[in-house]
Amino acid sequence: MSTPTLTPPRQPLFSRLPVISHLKKSVGLQRGMLIVGVVLSGLFILTSIFAPLLAPYGYSQLSDASGSFPTQEAPGGKHLLGTTVGGYDVLSRVIWGSQTAVTVIIVSVAMSLFLGVALGLLSGYFGGWLDRILVVVADAIYAFPTLLLAIVISIVISRGQSSFWGGIFSCAFSITVVFVPQYFRVIRAETIRLKAEPFVESAKVLGASSMRIIGRHIFKNATRTLPLMFTLNASEAILTLAGLGFLGFGIEPTSAAEWGFDLNKALADTSSGIWWTGVFPGIAIVLTVLGLTLVGESINDLNDPRIRGRKRAGATPGTPKTPGSPTSPGTPSTTAEAGTP
Amino acid sequence: MTTVIEVPEAEPGIVAPKSKSKGGGGLGRYIVIRFFLIIPTVFILVTLVFFLMRVIGDPITAAQGGRLPPDVLAQRIHDAGYDRPVLVQYFEYLGQLITGNFGTTITDRRPVVEVLTTFGAATLELSINALIVALAVGIPFGLIAAQHRDKMPDAFLRFFAILCYATPVFFSGLLLKLTFSVWLGWFPVAGRASTRTELTMSGLAAPSGIYWLDAIRSGNFTALGDVVSHAVLPAIALGLLTAGVFLRLVRTNVIGTLGKDYIEAGRSRGVSEFRLVTKHAYKPALIPIITVMGLQIALMLGGAILTETTFEWKGLGYQLVQYLNARDFVAVQGIVVLLAIIVAVTNFIVDIIAALIDPRVRY
Repeated sequence: MSTPTLTPPRQPLFSRLPVISHLKKSVGLQRGMLIVGVVLSGLFILTSIFAPLLAPYGYSQLSDASGSFPTQEAPGGKHLLGTTVGGYDVLSRVIWGSQTAVTVIIVSVAMSLFLGVALGLLSGYFGGWLDRILVVVADAIYAFPTLLLAIVISIVISRGQSSFWGGIFSCAFSITVVFVPQYFRVIRAETIRLKAEPFVESAKVLGASSMRIIGRHIFKNATRTLPLMFTLNASEAILTLAGLGFLGFGIEPTSAAEWGFDLNKALADTSSGIWWTGVFPGIAIVLTVLGLTLVGESINDLNDPRIRGRKRAGATPGTPKTPGSPTSPGTPSTTAEAGTP
Repeated sequence: MTTVIEVPEAEPGIVAPKSKSKGGGGLGRYIVIRFFLIIPTVFILVTLVFFLMRVIGDPITAAQGGRLPPDVLAQRIHDAGYDRPVLVQYFEYLGQLITGNFGTTITDRRPVVEVLTTFGAATLELSINALIVALAVGIPFGLIAAQHRDKMPDAFLRFFAILCYATPVFFSGLLLKLTFSVWLGWFPVAGRASTRTELTMSGLAAPSGIYWLDAIRSGNFTALGDVVSHAVLPAIALGLLTAGVFLRLVRTNVIGTLGKDYIEAGRSRGVSEFRLVTKHAYKPALIPIITVMGLQIALMLGGAILTETTFEWKGLGYQLVQYLNARDFVAVQGIVVLLAIIVAVTNFIVDIIAALIDPRVRY
């Protein structure tokens, strides 16, 4: 993304970055939502990076110097969040689980971005029979229950369970197949719209090749909505991963920690009143998805001038209540706190 | 396939003026076109699922590989015809599907259609219950949020909607079970009904399979109470997932309609704000809900698989997971294909309903 020289002076790169620029033009409630989202997502990413330092034990550790871990021990003492029926430390597995989730998000979204964008650009630009077939196929996949599709694909790839990278890739690939039609649709629609724009026409007149037009002129314009789709799909990826794990098609506990798998094992514990094995991984899922969704939703709202709240010009005395002033995101963050536990 | 795609293209030039002059003439045509669009959808999914499942190998080895001596296994594979070229098997499978034969499960040797009729009603019941919860929560809350746009109730409800989306069904199910079954003891932990009620239900003449309907029809109110108390928690768990979507949809649409001229006109005539929302802005906002409900069916079926597993609700989803764990891929393939057809047909029906309500949809 080198800055062209002919355009009027722009703001520094930092303020043009997706989330930062949105934060700058947000106000009041929307700003609060965005901040809560960014904080939660940031925590999630930091936890995943520093998991080896944060987690008291390994994700598949069953004993330490003083002997094996007790099973189904209540939170407190040596095991801050208790232990599972298999004797794993709940806190460690929750922390390590973030690493699995981040890896799956990155792999799956990267793959679906690449495939979806490429297919969307080609299909939208060239049209014809290829376009028609791709549209029908994408629509068919789009209408199908995503989890079901993910299950089928994860069986095909890993036949159930597997090693860390095997499991990661089978989950990520299942999620990819689900997402590609979505990216494809959006990019194709944008490409078709852009194809009729004068600047594409003039590029053609100047003799630019199709590849150059697609790569240079259409690609940049058609992919503006991608940060939004990325955040929304990242949260969906986590839910699909957890769903697969919950049904037993995830990653084995000895290969990696996975929240959905832990919830599956915790299901049997609930009837005897053991809550800590399920509640903590569940909260981890909810907070992560919540954070990513809040970021995505806010970006979506802020991109739409009809929905975007506007900064009030000066503090007019007639303004009713002032939580709308940009400096105090108090209102939304209190609601967030009220709703989180 | 080409004919299917070309029909809507040929339409505007030739038929559109005619349908305009005749008024309702477009609907019949729309239904026909929309009906034929089901075929490529189902066809593509069947093809996809078939070849994906064959990538693993033949279903018999997958299900019984370790347990049978190699020669017996080879004989079984030969008998079932799985040693022939994949393309031959594929066309044979397509032929079978057209005659309504979805295959026979390997593990318990039941026709897949029978599995559907036995367990489908339970899934249908769960979906209906969940839909009731979703509508009962989503629409009123959406109206409230729209009326108090950008104020505290709206902020709270929008947050609630996102929370609904962010909570996986199995986690909300687990929390509900923990709170209301284990700690408070208000509702049973799992299942569709207690054993006695299940026996009563299976003894009924011509049961619909939807327990509360059967209980009402037979006038058995103890059974009805039992069934309803079992249904509450799964319905809430699955319903909240969709409730969040409905809430946001109603909110956005009502806010959209509230900006229209006719609302402004009503306001200037002195119609109360409450009445404006509940009478005037509310109805047009419902049309997109019906359309989205069609898309939600797919989401709900996915959610139903998870909900059924969480609550041991013996429906199609629960059964599917059992077959998956038993590596019975004929059963899995059959159920998945059946679900694909159900989703496609539901979307078709929903589109027709949307077209009946809103003539602008018919193109």
